[in-house]
Amino acid sequence: MSALQIYVDGISLFGPGLSGWEQSREVLAGDAALLLAPPQLPPVECLPPAERRRVGMLIKLSMAIGFEAVRSAGADPAHLATVFSSTEADCDNCHNILETLASPDRAVSPTRFHNSVHNAPSGYWSIATACMEPSTSLCAYDATFSAGLLEATTQSLNSSKPTLLLAYDATFPEPLFELRPIPYPLGVALVLNPVKTASARAQLSLSLVTSDASKMPDAELEMLRLNIPAARSLPLMQLLAKGSNGTVVIDYLEPLNLSIEVQCAV
Amino acid sequence: MCCLTKFISRVQSLRLTSFTATSAIGTGLAATLAALREQRSGIARKKWETLDFDACIGEVPGLDTLALRDDLAIFDCRNNRLAQLALEQDGFEQSVRDVITRYGSKRVGVFLGTSTSGILSSEIAYRHRDAASGKLPANHDYRHTHNSYSSADFVRRYFGLQGPAFVVSTACSSSAKVFGSAQRMLASGLLDAAIVGGVDSLCLTTLYGFNSLQLVSSNPCKPFDINRDGISIGDGAAFLLVEKAENAVHDDILMSGIGESSDAHHMSTPHPEGLGARLAMQAALKMSGLQPSDISYINLHGTSTHNNDDAEDKGVTAIFGTETPCSSTKGHLGHTLGAAGAIEAIICALALKNNFAPGGVGTETIDPQLHCNYLLSNLEQPMRHALSNSFGFGGSNCSLVFSKITA
Repeated sequence: MSALQIYVDGISLFGPGLSGWEQSREVLAGDAALLLAPPQLPPVECLPPAERRRVGMLIKLSMAIGFEAVRSAGADPAHLATVFSSTEADCDNCHNILETLASPDRAVSPTRFHNSVHNAPSGYWSIATACMEPSTSLCAYDATFSAGLLEATTQSLNSSKPTLLLAYDATFPEPLFELRPIPYPLGVALVLNPVKTASARAQLSLSLVTSDASKMPDAELEMLRLNIPAARSLPLMQLLAKGSNGTVVIDYLEPLNLSIEVQCAV
Repeated sequence: MCCLTKFISRVQSLRLTSFTATSAIGTGLAATLAALREQRSGIARKKWETLDFDACIGEVPGLDTLALRDDLAIFDCRNNRLAQLALEQDGFEQSVRDVITRYGSKRVGVFLGTSTSGILSSEIAYRHRDAASGKLPANHDYRHTHNSYSSADFVRRYFGLQGPAFVVSTACSSSAKVFGSAQRMLASGLLDAAIVGGVDSLCLTTLYGFNSLQLVSSNPCKPFDINRDGISIGDGAAFLLVEKAENAVHDDILMSGIGESSDAHHMSTPHPEGLGARLAMQAALKMSGLQPSDISYINLHGTSTHNNDDAEDKGVTAIFGTETPCSSTKGHLGHTLGAAGAIEAIICALALKNNFAPGGVGTETIDPQLHCNYLLSNLEQPMRHALSNSFGFGGSNCSLVFSKITA
């Protein structure tokens, strides 16, 4: 198989102590310390008030990364196909429905029910951006970032159009937290373009390999990488932050990993 | 190549090498075809689990006592039991083993759709939390049952596959959209074959959830009927082994077109004019290179809610006019949610192979406000191309075109 080649036009990262790409870039480049604390997210934009009232952490996070990446690419979100990738739907909402179903009165709220679908962030995004382009929503447990990147890249190459990838995860409350201990919400977004334009910041060459995944040298960033599926992307994000050329291997599905050759000066 | 398929681009098409479906109308293809031929419904009013109302549901019998293969016991939940039951039918396993031998285990992908995966196991676990600590029972396995990826993980391990895999979870369009993922992966050279499909099973989340939206009928659903008042939820699983279409032969079925779109309108209500649906159908036709008049039959999403059927009718008639034979097969087997796209793909394949358009079940009086050519009985006719619609919450739309190779 020859490598799949795609350009990165826009980038975003929000997570604990990583409040947007500018700050994250400094942390990942080693110019600022990581202070682990719940992420500071901008207010949800572009949604009608009725919808805005109904959104939880997962939608706030996906909106924050989506808009930042689109702006940094100078792209019009109304014309971008999207790939949403996360290991779980809205965790708080899911917990609440499970508690309600275990109670004597099983009155599930209709809003909670329609927000429980895995593609709720995609639905809200399309409403907020008036985007009628194709959108998919994926899950591959811990492999969710690589799965999303492959899907977004093949979507973009096959349609010959840019595609927005959003990979993000939120945290469960107990008792499910014990079984799925994701410590903090974190999300990354990339605007991928099959064509080199003035917006291009890097070129990625993707191939499936059986070599081991790259680790983060910093212990706390490595803890995030290992415990948040979307943070499996951090070795890639670090190269993009430093503007360095290089090759990283990102966790995928046993026995395959995803090798990404990054060329930043394009 | 023959005239009937001259318009189809084989470069972009997928060949359906092998397929199987299990739902309330039958386990495997022979039973499914017989139920379509006899216009038989599998929906029945019954008590289910701890539901505190009698629901009309399309239940696959026997799942409560079905045992998973010993080496896959960690995956045990209703959804994966249903997946295993379906995988064991119609020689599907052997077909997969054959492509693994041909291409290698890293070159066969798994892309499945589900809406609720095995969430029933967490629903039950939440009823048995430790009174003091609130902990879930020690044997509850979130990862291998409830998590959305569970079904693809299960199928990947069932066959010892080592290639790319994921689950698409876009509500009721999930297992239609997996055809697109497989098509793009094959076109990109990452894979030589893929298992696509969907599995969704009865659970309290969907039964109470759709009920809270007043979208569950108190009777077996009746799509496109003047008195339609909601869906009937069903169990369903369908798997298809797909490869590139270059080597397709006489009587093979191809997925020749896929179109995807977003409504950008509302989380749980379709665009009133069926605008997103229209975009998906047009994109599927464009990819297949066909005109609306080439389509012999449309398998409608046809959920039997007032708004969904109304919006879909507007979308269909805007493109196809009022002559193309259509029906929903939700009256046969209920709405299998994330599995519906794959099951209805197989119904289209059966219809093409057997030269009949299935008439709907449950519908008595077609709503005079709806104008598409809704079939109330089976229509025997030569079948060349069929289109299937799947639309989901969040405004997620997907249309598929299937074509029969005739030498």
